[in-house]
Amino acid sequence: MLGRTASSLFWMARYMERAENLARLAQVGHRVSIIPDGMGGYREDWKATLASAGCLPEFEARGAKLDAATAQNFLLFDRAHASSIRNCLENARNNGRAVRTALTREMWEALNSTWIEFAAIDPAEVGPGRMVELLDWVRQRSGQFRGAMLGSLLRDEGFHFCQLGTFIERADNTARILDVKYNVLLPVNEALGGERNQHQWDTILRSVSAVGAYRYFYRDRLRPRLVAEFLMLRPEMPRSLRFCCDFIAPSLGALAEMTGGGASSLALGSTLAAELRSTDLDAILRHGLREFLQDFLGRNAAISGALATDYHFD
Amino acid sequence: MRIAVTHTTSYHSDTPARAVQALRLVPRSLRGQTVLSWQVRVEGAGGGLRYTDAFGNAVELMASHGPTTSVVITAEGVVETEDTAGVVGFPPEAVVPAVCLRNTALTEADDAIRAVAATCRRETALATLHAVLDGLHAAVAYGTGTTGSFTTAAAAFAAKRGVCQDHAHIFIAAARSLGLPARYVTGYLLTEEADAVAHHAWAEAMTPDLGWVGFDAANGQCPTDRYVRLAAGLDAAEAAPVRGVRLGAGSETLQVNVGVQASQSQSQSQG
Amino acid sequence: MLKTQAYNTGNDTVCFDEMLRPDFSARECYRTLFEWLQRQSPGGIRAKQAEADAIFRRLGITFAVYGAAEANERLIPFDLIPRVISAAEWRFLERGIEQRVRALNAFLHDIYHRQEIVRAGRIPSELVNGNSAFLPQMMGFDPPRGVYSHIIGTDIVRTEEDGFFVLEDNLRTPSGVSYMLENRETMMHLFPELFAAHRVAPVERYPELLRQTLQSVAPSGCDGEPAVAVLTPGIYNSAYFEHAFLADQMGVELVQGSDLVVEDGALWMRTIRGRARVDVLYRRIDDAFIDPLNFRPDSMLGVPGLFDLYRAGRVTLVNAPGTGIADDKAVYAYVPDIVEFYTGEKPILKNVQTFRCSIAEERGHVLEHLEELVVKEVHGSGGYGMLIGPRSTRQQRADFAERIRANPGNYIAQPTLALSTCPAFAGSGIGPRHVDLRPFVLVGDRVRVVPGGLTRVALKKGSLVVNSSQGGGTKDTWVLED
Repeated sequence: MLGRTASSLFWMARYMERAENLARLAQVGHRVSIIPDGMGGYREDWKATLASAGCLPEFEARGAKLDAATAQNFLLFDRAHASSIRNCLENARNNGRAVRTALTREMWEALNSTWIEFAAIDPAEVGPGRMVELLDWVRQRSGQFRGAMLGSLLRDEGFHFCQLGTFIERADNTARILDVKYNVLLPVNEALGGERNQHQWDTILRSVSAVGAYRYFYRDRLRPRLVAEFLMLRPEMPRSLRFCCDFIAPSLGALAEMTGGGASSLALGSTLAAELRSTDLDAILRHGLREFLQDFLGRNAAISGALATDYHFD
Repeated sequence: MRIAVTHTTSYHSDTPARAVQALRLVPRSLRGQTVLSWQVRVEGAGGGLRYTDAFGNAVELMASHGPTTSVVITAEGVVETEDTAGVVGFPPEAVVPAVCLRNTALTEADDAIRAVAATCRRETALATLHAVLDGLHAAVAYGTGTTGSFTTAAAAFAAKRGVCQDHAHIFIAAARSLGLPARYVTGYLLTEEADAVAHHAWAEAMTPDLGWVGFDAANGQCPTDRYVRLAAGLDAAEAAPVRGVRLGAGSETLQVNVGVQASQSQSQSQG
Repeated sequence: MLKTQAYNTGNDTVCFDEMLRPDFSARECYRTLFEWLQRQSPGGIRAKQAEADAIFRRLGITFAVYGAAEANERLIPFDLIPRVISAAEWRFLERGIEQRVRALNAFLHDIYHRQEIVRAGRIPSELVNGNSAFLPQMMGFDPPRGVYSHIIGTDIVRTEEDGFFVLEDNLRTPSGVSYMLENRETMMHLFPELFAAHRVAPVERYPELLRQTLQSVAPSGCDGEPAVAVLTPGIYNSAYFEHAFLADQMGVELVQGSDLVVEDGALWMRTIRGRARVDVLYRRIDDAFIDPLNFRPDSMLGVPGLFDLYRAGRVTLVNAPGTGIADDKAVYAYVPDIVEFYTGEKPILKNVQTFRCSIAEERGHVLEHLEELVVKEVHGSGGYGMLIGPRSTRQQRADFAERIRANPGNYIAQPTLALSTCPAFAGSGIGPRHVDLRPFVLVGDRVRVVPGGLTRVALKKGSLVVNSSQGGGTKDTWVLED
């Protein structure tokens, strides 16, 4: 397999995953913006949404007014914003197009029709009513793509590069959401009774589609400690850092075995996975939640970089 | 005459980059010259690929192993020469002479060159070519600084000044405009002062009876036993002794040193 | 749904229709299709057409249109009424094409060696040696098996029952074969009964034959199974879909210039395991761009040193550089002579009469008859830079006359051909539309002509321009077996 092909598969999967995560964040942002804040306004917190999406600095650099319309346009349609949903879908599709021969027909059709249909949407036509529906559709299509990949792609190197793209992106997304709101998850919030923070915890869970899963798993009310544990350490939670690493490390192992290379990415990935498996929340809180998340983000990015070097991405 | 040549080309850059180079640095034995010994050494790149191109030049392809900051190419050898009044004859090679009527961007004649060429027409091809030689040597002064490697024949002719590359290009343009096949030749010249000069270049044109004949418009003469012929092509770009591509960012510097001297056994030209 | 009367009155010029004779009876090979068409409802056909369009769009069979800045991908319209060619017609075409491609390969070998045909005075030296499509660098080189053009798409037009003419020999990097294959898949999916009623010669072995052909011309020093790769300029090229499709179907890598390196006297592609050898490169990049060291130095698409490797016999380029001289529009007029010179036979397929503007008397004729002629640029392609006399304005003709006078060697002219028509679905009903045919030929250890090809159809009523860049579409081509 060409190094460029591996790179394209990796980035195709990353961009598709990113589009889905952005859609989820935009939905949460939209939901919050219509809940009264008890002081005559709305809870609107687009700043936190953009920060979670990792694009607040880019938005602020433009000096535009931040409101529902500008934030949503920025997240969904903005061509100048490298990580708008539009650009993610286009990048995913163009990466797929560049390695068309490495994809199955099902994957390509999911990728291609999603981009074609999204590109045909006129942003001006999408009012508040259609926004939720559109974002749901993006998530469904991402699911369809992943389903096509899992159901039809040969389990060779290509599959593992796709898996790595998906889970490195997902881990990055979850860690970023936690990093932006780490303060409301500190134990002190619960001690203070935290009714005011209830909706913040709810928002965090919604950002990773985990409200129902949380209740089902813990059979408890929202507690910051459990929210943090759920999103970082639970192997049952499919968007937790632990879960992602449990997929990243084996894919790195499989690639190393298939190619006889990949030593540095494998070392980084398996160390990180092993650490997540052996640590617990108390240890993390003692070390500092913020520090832990920052460290995780850095090491996750380092895996991505080592992968590119190990497998001759360029 | 026995002539010894040392020709060093070095490329240096700040940032490492992959380098690929095609060398036309090996002279062949033909009428007027016998190659007694010759070798090409390259530091910073590997080769292993040789072939003979359409003009009969021995080509060697060099490629660096991964990025490098420096490539040094040294060609060295001894050639026994004899004065044939520039006649090279019909050396074995694949191109047919008619190909050497093709124009390239560097050798396209303009109206000015065509007009001068037209005044040089004589009874025979050889006489015509000598008239072109004399005419150009008088019309275009030798001088550095006004032209560069990408200067066209027309531009150099308009400037009335140029280096050997320009003289050769103008000569070729003029000859072709008269329907006479002509080509660019690189090589070395042992100067009267025996000073080291950069490698030399001149032209060859086709005559029906004698075959290819060399014309050095920069010096206003046909090559003698003080010339070593290296490679031929349609223009300077094609016949270049070292043609390279660098794959990467950054800039590089190029340095060429040529030492040409008569061998010890022929001491009279050492002065 | 098909009303024979209405069908024929749609024909604005008198020309040969491949389905119906002037008395409205169906020609033999079209009988089954004709009867079937009469049984179809317009709604049914329309629904199938929509289904076909959806299939192509999903598959991503799009092509880029030059000059269109935004949204530069468009579907080539697919017309779902097949074009039918009888077994006897095909045998004739096959023989003619094979003769022609053998002669053209012999011509290429000759002009890149001793140029006997020039010495014999059968073709002007200047036309060959002064031609920009001629590559002096290729002289004296012997490509494996002596083959220069391995993959050829011969454009054929028909004007009457027995009137087949070669319009163009595409010997550089002809495209369209993916459409031939996908059109067939789509037709079998949409109309299984109609297909089964026809005994259609299969085309689906093409990718396998292509791979065999490519492997058969591996460098002589190559041991083991030759490694093949397809070199594409990238996803923005108009034929990218085809490059990816062919690589996929052959099971070989699709590479870009940046994936390849010349090192240690060989060509390598960069893989996740390090470098891997390439023996045969099916390049879909024009000569000028394959190697910045030897050709255009500004090319970012090629590989420096690739041509040197090729000349040293370390890798095979398919097609060989410099094959363009044999499909040059100015050389075209000499192809009948070329066929005779190298085969000693009369050409089986005719040339379209061609006036060379480089020759004074022929130029005079062209300038006087611009209104009747099609004028083409010698180095133009894709239907650009063309004047169609009968459909031109006075101003356009005046412009062209000026361009011809300024640069006569750059133009040829041909009579406007009454291209044959085939039934096509034209939105409201079925009508005759002008077509041409591009069969695909492979030359390696032997010559293989795949039974079928790409039928291009001018979907606009009365139009003679079939190029996809100018509103043409494609059809499946059914070559019947006896």
